Amino acid sequence: MSQATLRVQKISGHAGSIPGQDTQREYTVCKFIDTTTCIGCKACEVACVEWNDLPFSETVFDNTYQTMPETRWNYWNLILFNEHEREDGSLLWLMRKNQCMHCAEPGCLAACPADGAIVQYTNGIVDFQQANCIGCGYCITGCPFDIPKMNPKTHRVFKCTLCTDRVSEGLEPACIKSCPTGCLHFGTKDDMKELAESRAKQLRDHSNFPNAGVYDPPGVGGTGVIYVLHDASNPEIYGGLPKNPHVPWSVKLWKGPLKWLGNVAMIGGLVGLFVHYLRYGPKAREEEDLAIKPGGGRT
Amino acid sequence: MSHPQQIIPHGHVLRYTLRERLVHWIAGVSYVYLLGTGLAFWSPWLFWLAAALGGAQVSRTLHSWAGLIFVGAVWYMYVMWAPQMKHTDDDRRWWKALKYYSTNQDEKMPPAGRYNAGQKFLFWGFFWCSLLLLLSGVFLWAPQYFAWHSLLAMRIAVLVHASAALFTIGLFMIHLYMGIFAERGAFGSVIRGDVSIAFAKRYHPTWYKEIVGESSSPRK
Ligand code: HEM
Ligand code: SF4
Ligand code: SF4
Repeated sequence: MSQATLRVQKISGHAGSIPGQDTQREYTVCKFIDTTTCIGCKACEVACVEWNDLPFSETVFDNTYQTMPETRWNYWNLILFNEHEREDGSLLWLMRKNQCMHCAEPGCLAACPADGAIVQYTNGIVDFQQANCIGCGYCITGCPFDIPKMNPKTHRVFKCTLCTDRVSEGLEPACIKSCPTGCLHFGTKDDMKELAESRAKQLRDHSNFPNAGVYDPPGVGGTGVIYVLHDASNPEIYGGLPKNPHVPWSVKLWKGPLKWLGNVAMIGGLVGLFVHYLRYGPKAREEEDLAIKPGGGRT
Repeated sequence: MSHPQQIIPHGHVLRYTLRERLVHWIAGVSYVYLLGTGLAFWSPWLFWLAAALGGAQVSRTLHSWAGLIFVGAVWYMYVMWAPQMKHTDDDRRWWKALKYYSTNQDEKMPPAGRYNAGQKFLFWGFFWCSLLLLLSGVFLWAPQYFAWHSLLAMRIAVLVHASAALFTIGLFMIHLYMGIFAERGAFGSVIRGDVSIAFAKRYHPTWYKEIVGESSSPRK
């Protein structure tokens, strides 16, 4: 939302070079969410709505603790509640804070046709610039986490900004600040990765979670939001966290071979027709040429 | 189709009525707008087209409305022309002789009616593609109104829309080439409505025979 003084490293729908790219190196920022210490209090949900001044949104009661079934254009941060029975019969009550993952290789950005509607800053934050958005919804098809949501009235798409405005001023995102258990952490990617790994090891070694691990999926180049999961071998149980997310095949096909093929065909077609004209010219040049010759043969 | 009133003075015959010409240009103008705005969303290198065609957001909105106009015009053409676009045995022979047609050896072509096989192909290509473009385009326009909408359906719709658009672009380039450059005299038929008798005899001899009828001789 705010462009602040951040530098961009990727721009959607952009032809040519990216101004200022590679002039400065910056730390990649990262949010680390420890699902094992989340208590589902939803303080982060409230903080997100408050800080980002998101308009009121009716909740949906479906006999669960979850505020609504999925994130919305004006509700970017949602705790997903899931119950999971383990093999030994014990129950896991899973709470996962769901929001944009700030992929290193964002499918939303790859799919977006509008110049500058989605940018990735050098610190790794993926941010939508609604002023440039045309509301086509392509980003929705590009996201492996089903995150971008369209405002049906304004036809602009919104999602978590990782509090770009706060981060660019040296503050942590609002959700981090509000978390009472300390299950949310914020820092550089390297630091968060280290912290997460040590927490996962702790869970493996000292708690009964032999499969505990860090979720930082390589299919999208790693993410700017990483999780520690009790069972990293089965992320699907956390409200459908994809096991191996990647930019969808359809988007790859469309922005890769199809684009290439289409461009070659269009340019080749133009050149081909031009050459055909040079070689054969018009079928008949003047009106007289059209005439049928005596004897019936046509020229 | 035998209409003496299609024979007009100065060695010309009426090829397209005013209604046919109007529909042709409604389709043509809306298609060019769709093409420009569509290509803007297709490639970052052409995104400036959107700025030229009303701005990015406006282009996106008008693209869909122009699409409805375009499909409406194509549908009207279908109503007017579908019977004349039926594939005939002559058409089969026409395709076999395509290499003569494309190398300007028209004397070796089997006789064509009001539309030759290539023009029929163009028509059906546009007809079916416009159906695909309509379905995928309307869905992408407002997926929330479709109960069955899903991410997968949107992903497929994008591919269908782009592929069908590309196919029509191929047809469109050939169409312009034939109508403006290759078949001199054809362009006037969608402006003034008439072609010369020589043109009619050369490119559409069967049609010409039909309109002059066996009995009547063309008035000069
Ligand atoms: C039949 C009615 C049509 C509707 C409702 C429609 C609607 C749409 C919509 C909603 C999009 C998504 C992107 C956007 O709007 O920004 C789109 C994209 C596009 N449309 Fe259409 N459209 C129609 C017909 C056509 C036609 C006839 C063409 C032929 C040139 C065309 C070419 C394109 C292209 C090239 C794209 C971009 C595809 C891409 O980037 O992969 N559309 N259209
Ligand atoms: S809807 Fe999404 S893909 Fe389309 S312009 Fe807006 S941000 Fe880009
Ligand atoms: S999670 Fe989705 S919206 Fe967020 S950066 Fe990745 S692809 Fe884009």
